[in-house]
Amino acid sequence: MFKYLKQLTSLVAMVAVLFTFTTESMAAKKSKTLKNTQKKGFVRCGVSQGLPGFSNADAAGNWTGVDVDVCRAVAAAVLGDANKVKFTPLSAKERFTALTSGEIDILSRNTTWTLSRDADIGLTFVGVNFYDGQGFMVRKSSGITSTSQFKNGISACTNIGTTTELNMRDFFNSRGISYEPVAFEKADEVVAAYDAGRCDTYTTDKSGLAAQRTKMKNPDEHIVLPETISKEPLGPVVRQGDSVWEDIVRWSLNTMIEAEEYGITSANADSMKTSDNPQIKRLVGAEGEMGAAFGLDNEWNLRIIKQVGNYGESYKRNIADTGILPDRGPNELWTKGGILYVPPSR
Amino acid sequence: MNFKLKDIGPQLMTVIAVVLVFGFFTYNAQVNMESRGIDFGYGFLSQESSFDVQFSLIEYDGSHSYFRAYLVGLLNTILVSVIGIIFATILGVIVGIARLSPNYLINQFAAFYVEFFRNIPLLLQIFFWYFAALRALPLPQDAEAMFGISYLTIKGLYVPAFIWQNFNIFFYSIVAAIIAIIVIRHRARKLQETQGKQTPVLFISIGLIFILPLLSFLIGGVKLSFEIPVLKQLATTSFIYEGGVSLPPELIALALSLSLYTATFIAECVRAGIQGIGKGQKEAAASIGLTPNQVLKLVVMPQALRIIIPPTTNQYLNLTKNSSLAAAIAYPDLVLVFAGTALMQTGKAIEIVSITMFTYLSLSISISIFMNWYNNKIAIQEK
Repeated sequence: MFKYLKQLTSLVAMVAVLFTFTTESMAAKKSKTLKNTQKKGFVRCGVSQGLPGFSNADAAGNWTGVDVDVCRAVAAAVLGDANKVKFTPLSAKERFTALTSGEIDILSRNTTWTLSRDADIGLTFVGVNFYDGQGFMVRKSSGITSTSQFKNGISACTNIGTTTELNMRDFFNSRGISYEPVAFEKADEVVAAYDAGRCDTYTTDKSGLAAQRTKMKNPDEHIVLPETISKEPLGPVVRQGDSVWEDIVRWSLNTMIEAEEYGITSANADSMKTSDNPQIKRLVGAEGEMGAAFGLDNEWNLRIIKQVGNYGESYKRNIADTGILPDRGPNELWTKGGILYVPPSR
Repeated sequence: MNFKLKDIGPQLMTVIAVVLVFGFFTYNAQVNMESRGIDFGYGFLSQESSFDVQFSLIEYDGSHSYFRAYLVGLLNTILVSVIGIIFATILGVIVGIARLSPNYLINQFAAFYVEFFRNIPLLLQIFFWYFAALRALPLPQDAEAMFGISYLTIKGLYVPAFIWQNFNIFFYSIVAAIIAIIVIRHRARKLQETQGKQTPVLFISIGLIFILPLLSFLIGGVKLSFEIPVLKQLATTSFIYEGGVSLPPELIALALSLSLYTATFIAECVRAGIQGIGKGQKEAAASIGLTPNQVLKLVVMPQALRIIIPPTTNQYLNLTKNSSLAAAIAYPDLVLVFAGTALMQTGKAIEIVSITMFTYLSLSISISIFMNWYNNKIAIQEK
């Protein structure tokens, strides 16, 4: 009797183990991050501690910016409401740890896509939402109009924990100029120290320079030099190992850019459902099964365009109209002379 | 060996519990890191760091390794801690004694200083001194020379550099002077103990410490010249000083705020120590004919030190740990350079944070051990 009982138990155990394995692998297909997000009811998004145009909170705690809009687009796609986002302000130093440890699910914080970050530290970059490059700001009164006028002993204020520190070294080294790097942990202190005259120049991404200039005591006293010393493709980042979630974030961003390409805006998105162009119809969920592969419904992209708008709308609202960088430069569509080019949604 | 289970049981269980908890966290971290594709290892320490640091006591630039960057940060932390401890101690002792002064103005001023500075959060004080200094200090081109040779500007304090010839001879002369002073003090004490004779040790010591190095200049071939900082124009309105030694304003602001803050606590330790000595001791000392100075030096202080040292050790430890707030004002200490930039560039959070924690622990323990040794040395020697 006992013998059979023993066999029976092991059989039950084996079946149980098998069952758990199958259910687990199915859940994995559907994306653990997606499941958690839907269960929680909000997207956990890491942003900057305040960079106008990219991610900046107003006095009432409402976040705006192009980086913020990526997270809002994902919330619109997976939860149906672009406002269901919990924003976590992070310093440059904290950002990757917050993402890899699972405190946030998307890092949309003007983060440069580099090989070592992509390959080394458990991160996956999903795309580029802003093409940037590092530049220098100086006081107008200094008479400097080009980086070629920099001389030995120049002091440069910047942030720690960014590619800026590395680019700065490459730049000064290749020109054989000795310099004094003054690196702060937070951007506000960098601006305060530079503004007070501690440094001759302030270096970071040009978009950041343009945004921080608005915070200076007297913005007109400062100019951004024309030279760009590095490539800084900024984009959202997700944790490695959840390819479905990675795809959702990537295509939420792509949808915004492609919508602009086809002239779909938050205002006309609904009426585009009856368009003759199948590409447009796919972008507003009126044709094909574009959401099924992610485990989403078919109108996920329509919701993004309706609630957040296309990339051009987001840029205009956050960066152009606020006077930070009225000229889109490389961040214009490829059809209009820029380099924004995304794979097609089909 | 007469262990009873009853005795060691609870201790054994505690040890097992601690091991299990640590084991659980280690295992958990391993599993999570593996599932997220983060590998663990200290190999990065020998890689090229490729970032520069503003201020370093050893030769360093981005072509050196991360380990070298760690040393740079560590030395900068030690530097600001040592400066802070020295100034905090001097200021603390002065203020502590001033609080007991019979002069109303002096003791009230000391009391006000203590209450004011110890009740404002340190980080605020650091910001205050740094940004207040930045706003108040002149640009290099507007700076007035101090004694004609030094300049205090927004970009730092520029002082002349010493250029030595035959520095080793000068160094030996100082060592010789110190040894001679120790010998003389020893003999003077012996002389007093055996024959009751008093020798003017202080005057002899001062004489020695001046005369021997002076001789090294006159006959030892030691030469000293100064390199005075010179203003250099970088652009229409930006200037720096070249030559000499420059101390960054970050170091000055940090050392200043750490000293001012910690001195308040040390002052209280000193006051408590002196007040802890019974009035009768002083009266008894005075009654056998000791001068007030001798009372303080021979009777009060040796006893007061025993009360002062242990809590002051804590303040030294606090100061060292508080120096990590340097990151806020760009002083390149261990936290900013290693647990900041290096951590960001490598992504090795667990490794770097654990090294940093271990380093602070070692620093604190070293200070503790030294202060305990000193405390034991001045403790009452029971015979």
